[in-house]
Amino acid sequence: MYGKGLRPLSIATVAMLTLSLSLVFFYAPLDADQGFIQKIFYIHVPLAITALIGFVVGGVFAILHLRSGDSRWDAYSYVSIHMSVIFGVAVLITGGIWAKASWGHWWVWDEPTLVSFLIVFLLYATYYPFRYAIEDRDRQARYASVFAIAAGAFVPLNFMAVRMAESLVHPRTFGTANGGLPGEMMLTFLCCLTAIALLWVTLVKFELTAKSASGQVKRLRRALDAPAPGASSRIAPEVS
Amino acid sequence: MNAFAAILGKDLRAELRTLQSLPAMTLFAVTTFVIFRFGLDRTSLSGSLASGVLWTTLLFAAVLGINRLFVAEREEGGFDAIRLAPIDRTALFAAKAAALVVYLLVLEAIAVVAFAFFFLDSAAALPPLLAVMLLADLGLAFAGTLISSMAVNSRARDLLVPLVLLPLVVPLMIAATGASEPLLAAGGPGYERFGTWLAVLALYDLIFGLLGYAVFDFLLED
Amino acid sequence: MTKAIEVNGLRREYGERAALDWVGFELGAGQSLVVLGPNGAGKTTLLRILATLLRPSGGEVRVLGCTLPSEAWKLRGRIGYLGHEPLLYRDLTGRENLRFHARLHGIRGERAEARIGELLAAAGMELRADERVAELSAGMRQRLAICRCVLHEPELLLLDEPDSNLDAGGRELARALIGPGAGRTRVVVTHDPERALPDADLVLRLGVDGRAELEPGRAVAA
Repeated sequence: MYGKGLRPLSIATVAMLTLSLSLVFFYAPLDADQGFIQKIFYIHVPLAITALIGFVVGGVFAILHLRSGDSRWDAYSYVSIHMSVIFGVAVLITGGIWAKASWGHWWVWDEPTLVSFLIVFLLYATYYPFRYAIEDRDRQARYASVFAIAAGAFVPLNFMAVRMAESLVHPRTFGTANGGLPGEMMLTFLCCLTAIALLWVTLVKFELTAKSASGQVKRLRRALDAPAPGASSRIAPEVS
Repeated sequence: MNAFAAILGKDLRAELRTLQSLPAMTLFAVTTFVIFRFGLDRTSLSGSLASGVLWTTLLFAAVLGINRLFVAEREEGGFDAIRLAPIDRTALFAAKAAALVVYLLVLEAIAVVAFAFFFLDSAAALPPLLAVMLLADLGLAFAGTLISSMAVNSRARDLLVPLVLLPLVVPLMIAATGASEPLLAAGGPGYERFGTWLAVLALYDLIFGLLGYAVFDFLLED
Repeated sequence: MTKAIEVNGLRREYGERAALDWVGFELGAGQSLVVLGPNGAGKTTLLRILATLLRPSGGEVRVLGCTLPSEAWKLRGRIGYLGHEPLLYRDLTGRENLRFHARLHGIRGERAEARIGELLAAAGMELRADERVAELSAGMRQRLAICRCVLHEPELLLLDEPDSNLDAGGRELARALIGPGAGRTRVVVTHDPERALPDADLVLRLGVDGRAELEPGRAVAA
């Protein structure tokens, strides 16, 4: 049931990614200050935006879960956060590369967006040990939803507070010497954003499909009284 | 209101009788100040260093108290008693948060005075610092109560609170230290962006207060 | 006769294990149901579902005319639950514990004091009511738990092994407070069929697989 639409989605994602990468390498102009390495921005920023929206989406699914009690929403919430954390690792790595290129260090505290993202990432990274620590399945799902909602509310607060703490004003991503992103860069950026967002959705759908399939296998085994192979995951919610 | 007063009264009475949390929190704070004195090799602090040492210590001392907040409910079946009673369950959230604020205020009354003795030249910063502390305590209480109520039902409950709470209160700490740093400046208290930081603290308090109020019922179900 | 409890096809699952599987019975007002079965048969689970502390996984449950779990909130304050835990705070005295529960149930002031005094006398606990619960023996805690259970004059009593830890004198006193008679509707889980069966209007035997068998009791119809 989840697998429907997975193939066209995957094809669209691959197509978009190919298009975007071609634009990045062949179409977008070279940045005057930073040179070729600036192009990592086309990956880094879309990854960050997608991850953050993914976290908030996870929070929305969590609200739906608490209100309806339907465990499917919990699965959606878990997978959304799961995927966004993985994308988050990529954000921090690409952020490090970009920082090295721009400011000569692998990490800088001067970029408020990167710092805010680190804090958000650290919070969501605790989602796993948190879920793991709660044994009862139902309770685990409920508490995880509360966590996802609190963390979702936390994201904007955090960005605001970190920005305020920064007294230095750094050139914003979308500003150049002329103050504004030239047309070619904007187009490339938007294509990359679309591609990465599609990638996120595809991977989430893929993971949900895989979980659903293994959930069905488990139920069949139970019905046939066959022994289950190994222990099931203690934190990933079962998808029916 | 009745249930809120009953639970708050019960907690404060139990704490007065057993003194489980408060002495530990206070001693911890004062000892940590001494460790900082040697760790930083400084006998006087001002500005950002003072602000950082003070708030970090208060935060870790608060975590000690937060860890113990629901232990009696968990071990002595108190959750059941409250769930069986014809009361609004968010009264439990409010009462526990209020109890925590009381503990934090008592902690601060002693620890901040100790801090001033150890490291500061004058006590001029203390009154405005109180305003910052009141707002920060409220935020810590709301977030701490929320996390503590979940952690108490898990394994490794003493680890879960610091693990999850610390990132969650980063905006709170940023605002608290942001407001405190000019207050503790070497030349006398300054009020740069004081109002703004207080507003951020108040916003945090509002958001987490509302959040706790909205979800607490779901946390008490079985 | 009005039905106090109606259960039909009740199921409760823990993961893949069915603690209760297709349980059904009806209990009239003023009648006593005795629940028997080996350890792990789900007796406590059944009691907790009736007390609104647990949600059923399936089936229909109506208690005192309210459908569970949707109308569970209407039942709070009308049920007296005596579980394995006495639900008493160790660091408060017996009297303080009872006052706390009274307040949670909206009973305050002189009326509360009078009711508490009356119950303590009936349970033989007046002399030790002002000692911390931690210092009392298990039997005395059980007596206090019984007082707590009936403090708010509930319509339905749900008792999980009410005689545990009680000496002969205690059992006599308990019988007056929570035994059959005075039109009390009761569900009693027990490991001591000898003592419990004579009072039973209905007997439910639960098996380890969660299945149930219903028998009429030996109680003499009034």
